[in-house]
Amino acid sequence: MAAETGIRHAPQPALMRVIGLNKTYVQRRPFSRKEFVLGACKDVTLELPRRRVTALVGESGSGKSSLATCLALLQQPDSGEIWFEEDQVSAWTAEQLASLRPKIQMVFQDSAGALNPRFSAAQIIEEPLEIQRRASKPELRLRALALMEEVGLSADCSKRLPLTLSGGQRQRLAIARAIALKPELLILDESLSSLDLVIQSEILRLLVDLQSRHNLTYLLISHDLSLVGEIADFVAVMHAGRIVEHGPREKVFGAPRHGCTRELLAFARSLESDFQAATEVQA
Amino acid sequence: MHRLPSNPMSRDALPPLLAISGLSIAYAPGGQFLALDGINLEIAAGEIVGVLGESGSGKSTLALSIPGLLPACERFEGSIKFRGEELRGLPESRLRAIRGAKIALIHQEPGLCLSPVMRVGSQISDVIRAHRRLPRKELRQKAEAALAEAGLPDPLRVYHSYPHQLSGGELNRVVIAQALACRPDLLIADEPTRSLDARLQTEVLNLFREFNRKFNTAILFITHNPALLARLASRVVVMHSGRVVEEGPMARIFRQPQHPYTQHLLRLVPQSLICKATASETTKREAEFGTFETPRKVAYGG
Amino acid sequence: MRFLARRLLHAGFLLAAVSVLCFLFTDLAPGSFFDGMKLNPQISPETVAALKAQYGVGKPLPLRYVLWVKSVFTGEWGFSFAYDSPVRELLLPRARNTLLLTGTATALAWLIAVPLGVWMAYRPGRWDDRLGMGATSLLLSVPELALVLALLCFAVRTHAFPVGGMTSANDEQLGLLARCQDLLTHMAIPAITLVLANLPLLVRHVRSSMIEVLDAPFIHAARGHGMAPARVLIGYALPAAANPLISLFGFSLGGLLGGSLLVEAVTGWPGLGPLLLEATMSRDLYIVVGAVMVSTFFMVGGNLIADALLIAFDPRVRTD
Repeated sequence: MAAETGIRHAPQPALMRVIGLNKTYVQRRPFSRKEFVLGACKDVTLELPRRRVTALVGESGSGKSSLATCLALLQQPDSGEIWFEEDQVSAWTAEQLASLRPKIQMVFQDSAGALNPRFSAAQIIEEPLEIQRRASKPELRLRALALMEEVGLSADCSKRLPLTLSGGQRQRLAIARAIALKPELLILDESLSSLDLVIQSEILRLLVDLQSRHNLTYLLISHDLSLVGEIADFVAVMHAGRIVEHGPREKVFGAPRHGCTRELLAFARSLESDFQAATEVQA
Repeated sequence: MHRLPSNPMSRDALPPLLAISGLSIAYAPGGQFLALDGINLEIAAGEIVGVLGESGSGKSTLALSIPGLLPACERFEGSIKFRGEELRGLPESRLRAIRGAKIALIHQEPGLCLSPVMRVGSQISDVIRAHRRLPRKELRQKAEAALAEAGLPDPLRVYHSYPHQLSGGELNRVVIAQALACRPDLLIADEPTRSLDARLQTEVLNLFREFNRKFNTAILFITHNPALLARLASRVVVMHSGRVVEEGPMARIFRQPQHPYTQHLLRLVPQSLICKATASETTKREAEFGTFETPRKVAYGG
Repeated sequence: MRFLARRLLHAGFLLAAVSVLCFLFTDLAPGSFFDGMKLNPQISPETVAALKAQYGVGKPLPLRYVLWVKSVFTGEWGFSFAYDSPVRELLLPRARNTLLLTGTATALAWLIAVPLGVWMAYRPGRWDDRLGMGATSLLLSVPELALVLALLCFAVRTHAFPVGGMTSANDEQLGLLARCQDLLTHMAIPAITLVLANLPLLVRHVRSSMIEVLDAPFIHAARGHGMAPARVLIGYALPAAANPLISLFGFSLGGLLGGSLLVEAVTGWPGLGPLLLEATMSRDLYIVVGAVMVSTFFMVGGNLIADALLIAFDPRVRTD
């Protein structure tokens, strides 16, 4: 219910605010008239504080990715307001939005699907720079190589095709592409879900590094609460299209108010405590 | 009648269900780069063994090599004995009889392991039909029973559904039902819970435990996440770059890991949810965020 | 049903538009049927003028179009100057002959292409696959004309098949079985040509679609369950690979009336093609319009059937 998510003006103005966002999808079977209306996001109200990591958690199908695509300006919500840095961008025209896009970038879950398989790694990073005319032709390659170094990709990866890289390297490439335009908000849609633990921790460290270096704000979408617990400052819980809980991580995880949050936490905690019990050296 | 005294050694002399020794596999021409290097592994009947390793450690190669599903390799040495029978070099027809019926394999991404244009129930019946000649009605009953055993509350509806009509959790159970429909002796599960949320992961682990308990199915559980093995495995084998770097009872490995790689892996498991945050951190965070008030949407502007 | 009704409406509009265009183009072509007559010194100009008035040739185009549409609804489909009969009576038997030929050839082509493509996809890179690919490349590059002439040459040399025509001269005197046999031997050359011309494309499509599917995880999983390779290929891979093939089948159906003109003309098969050719040359425009309309009808119908088949066979399209 919207009632549970009252938000007050934070001491430091938030980078992005969403008020009452609705997004529905309409499906129709080819031979019938009946339409199925899928309410992906219902009356979502959310705030993304500056230079902090806000996590969006919930089960699969709760509407997290739909919300993410609306926030990334990749889709138009049906109704509601989106505010970015004191501007109501949901009322903007396409041309105005074009100037905003470099500031909000997204990293997807499936890196193999999100990167052009025919471009080399360097070309993938150069593409947004070229489109946005951020660098002259000779500078493009230098910028791309610098970014690759920043995310921990060795220079000899620059000519390789994305499918020849490992999963972790691909995600680094996707991150490099995302920060090429110096965004302010980075949306990570389950970007770490399919990675090995070892790689996951390395990418996590990279993300924390990048955040402090570039003053980034993160929206981390994940179903993995243990991961969220490691990195998030604030947590929003989504269930059936609505935000049911939202607050500092310690509060949401320490004293969850909604049944859905409690359930998610219970499962994640039981896995962790099993492991802890298994590793505890008996006195 | 003269009875032989029961030999206390005879029980240990039972051959293990699966015995891999000296397995070395290389794909690339030249046979230089070894995907697997001298692997030794044993699984007893009804045992659950966890294989810990990252991508590239050779665990998927190991999983595929046991039922003989690898493409032609440059080098394939060593022996894989299932119930005392050497699997390497068996004719394909014999291997096919073993696959599915005695050794079952579950891949990553279960949703992709089902044909999208066939009903789920017929895909399960097909597996049973591949190994036993049964009348159609009985096949269907067995498939439905398999779905019910896998914990689906409405097996009839699922039987008639197509994969895209089912949720992620239901698909997982369907794939497990399919793998265990013929009651195999050994189930090889290669990262069956990757990308699943905690609830589905727990469900899968519980299902595996239940099948192990009920039908004495041995399980080779391959994963990169040690936390999943804590609840399931009795023995753990740690793999790195194609070699076994450590192995032993799960309790010992998790409590006193010897090899630095194992120690590194175990340290990386997130434990964030069960560590309590200090009170000062909480108040600091609240001050940043602003405390909550009950419901009021305040207009923003300035 | 709404979907189907919409498509039928679109088809109707398409046919109407094609008929208008066809009328326009035949009208734009220089000359008329009666010009040939004018050159004939034995026919007086007055006769020509009278004939012209009788057939309404001098009337304005829109009026002629309306009259033609009316005759379509009355079942005449226009009137042929050369044959002095309603177009329908000329078109239908010819269309039937063409369908006999192309129907057989298309069915044969598909029946050969699917197993061949599946077999080649099962063993990509091996000698039989390479051979198949080479043969299809060769066939694709040989023009249909060369194929049919080569076959005719072969028939003439070896007397294995009758050369040209659809029936033998003593057709009336033969019993039913003998008539069928006679028909088949006459059909052999044109049918084989059409099969050879269409086969390579079908085989390649089947092969590439199957190769793509055979790489899918669910095929590996099916193998892992111990299913026989035949079952995996035919029961699992082929249905999943069927989507592009169904669309292709729709095209095949659509081209049944239009794709065999050259072969019919060269082998003397009395089908729609030679009729259309003759009518075009002599400006017998109502036959031209009629033949084009029938061909278009088949093409549109073929696509519609392909869409319906796709919905019937792919459950994902159904409930998406």
